[in-house]
Amino acid sequence: MNLALILLVNQLVHLSSVDLVIIVFYFALVLAIGLYLREQANTSDDFFLAGREMTAWVAGLAFLSANLGSLELMGWAGNAYKYGILAAHWYWIGAIPAMLFLALVMMPFYHICRTHSVPGYLKLRFGESSRTLSSISFAFMTVLMSGINMYAMAVVMRVVLGWNIHFSILVSSVTVAIYVALGGLRSAIFNEVLQFFLIWAGALLIPILGLVEAGGWSGLKARILQNLTEQHIANPGAYTHLWSTLGDFGNNPMGINWVGIVFGLGAVIAMGYWTTDFLVVQRVLAAKDLRSAKLAPIIGAAFKMMVPFIVILPGLLGLALLREPNTGHLLRLVPGDVAWSNAGQAQGLHGYDEVLPLMLARYCGPGLLGLGITALIAGFMSGMAGNVSAFSTVWTYDIYGALIDKNASDESKVRMGRWCTLLGVAVSIGTAYLVMQSQSIMDYVQQLFSFFIAPLFGTVLLGMLWKRATPAGGFWGLFAGTASSVGMWAWVKVDPQAVKYVALSLGAQDQAQNMFRALWCWLICVLVTVVVSLVTKPKPDAELTGLVYGLTAIPQEERVSLLHRPVFWAVIVAIVFVILNIIFW
Amino acid sequence: MKSGGSLSIWFFIGLSMFVNGGLILGTGLFEFVHPPEHPVVLSQLHANIWWGGFLFLFGAFYCFHFAPGPRPANKN
Repeated sequence: MNLALILLVNQLVHLSSVDLVIIVFYFALVLAIGLYLREQANTSDDFFLAGREMTAWVAGLAFLSANLGSLELMGWAGNAYKYGILAAHWYWIGAIPAMLFLALVMMPFYHICRTHSVPGYLKLRFGESSRTLSSISFAFMTVLMSGINMYAMAVVMRVVLGWNIHFSILVSSVTVAIYVALGGLRSAIFNEVLQFFLIWAGALLIPILGLVEAGGWSGLKARILQNLTEQHIANPGAYTHLWSTLGDFGNNPMGINWVGIVFGLGAVIAMGYWTTDFLVVQRVLAAKDLRSAKLAPIIGAAFKMMVPFIVILPGLLGLALLREPNTGHLLRLVPGDVAWSNAGQAQGLHGYDEVLPLMLARYCGPGLLGLGITALIAGFMSGMAGNVSAFSTVWTYDIYGALIDKNASDESKVRMGRWCTLLGVAVSIGTAYLVMQSQSIMDYVQQLFSFFIAPLFGTVLLGMLWKRATPAGGFWGLFAGTASSVGMWAWVKVDPQAVKYVALSLGAQDQAQNMFRALWCWLICVLVTVVVSLVTKPKPDAELTGLVYGLTAIPQEERVSLLHRPVFWAVIVAIVFVILNIIFW
Repeated sequence: MKSGGSLSIWFFIGLSMFVNGGLILGTGLFEFVHPPEHPVVLSQLHANIWWGGFLFLFGAFYCFHFAPGPRPANKN
């Protein structure tokens, strides 16, 4: 590709030749990994589940990295700038309890039933109708999300680097298509682990140097307080406290209270995402044995707790340190749609999501800047690879293998998987260009995706823990939960005043609305599942062996020392999690 | 890792860190001798030298430790 395609106007950072060498080396390395792993993706287990031979460390880091895309990094750094340290809830209570729950409670069932996917578990537990509903919605939404992420990232690359939007989409999607189609899940996992190291290597300097400049944590808090007071922002202290302002909706910049955070985020959305979203669960299914499968989410949780250091802290540092280079006045970031409009660009405005690249450009010279940008590109590509590999698995096993060709051979499944990877990338590109024509599609699809997660968690949880749950109960619970979520969202769209019923407060921001909507639709899913199950005929116990708590003999782990036991490390992670919440209370 | 898969994921990680660290360290040393016209904030701390050096050594260790060969350990 001719570098003349790269536009060099209006960009936030300027890359030197050494930066470009680092970026080109990354692309060469991931393609080399894909080519190298091609010979190891011959069977369906190889292609879709990486041969089920990943160690706990590899599966755990990939499990975390699948969620650590660059939009996630830049988006949550931007949210930290907008909402303050409250954004860290999405990394702590919004992740750690759910990851430990997956490891200790749910993983044994996923592992023992040898399912290839989460919809595959629903088939075994509740029958074909639940699997079909779940797999079609997941496959459809996954490729759409992949395209939306592709478009959003291309926009960011244009704003940050001045790159041509078509150039960004073409190069990244072709690279992902090649390495996933060649090496399957193993290739995706290898690149996710590589991305994990690149992200830490590229982003860790920002908080270190930022804290040096701000005068440590206490200096940072003092500067934020001073800057926000200067801008007449109400309750500026709320930007540096996790829990103490959550007693009332009006006391914090997010417009949420502790009920929404604890029950909406921690108990439903996080549990739903980390335990039933196949995009992340697929990485743990690739673990080589039960102990590794249980340890993997715990390792992921330990690192997840540290991610706020490279994501939330740069957002807070932006609040404290960013100033106009010419005037020395405070630099105030604005919403992305305002900043990236023609008027916003003419005024030189910056969006919330640009805080991480802004901080990167502040401290990182040639070389370091290239590494930071490479980390962002790697995050984007591995996020896309995760979507595409999960799509090809669910399509091949739960749609093609279940509805189209039930007797498909192993070889034809691998072939279908490779073609699906290319198809998934092609649909993603199509979605990206569709979004380019109509931005509102992006908002709708992102909302739609969230509709399925909370009810799915209700269905899977009851399926694993309550043997009386019946196939009809599972299907109608999932359907009612999803439909009620869509209904509540549409209600608020039609009548914005309805937010006082859905989110219990007229001042609830988008994140707060998502929390409460998830909570209600999960409760509806559970209620409908229970009621329908109680009036329909349950499956005989013999058919539930290996699928339900109480009817499944959990295999004894090999006799290992305390330091090798998952439960020991889960307790350590839980203790650190509690301490962190107390420190930043 | 299956037959034919003698290269560990950790070797690729090491290679990436080794090359990137080397490039950053080299740039840092060059800037130490020829200071840039428009330095970044806190450039006096020479982060590219010590951070590039750390990545270089980390990568070198991983490349050496996980280099392809008859090592029997279970390495993904």
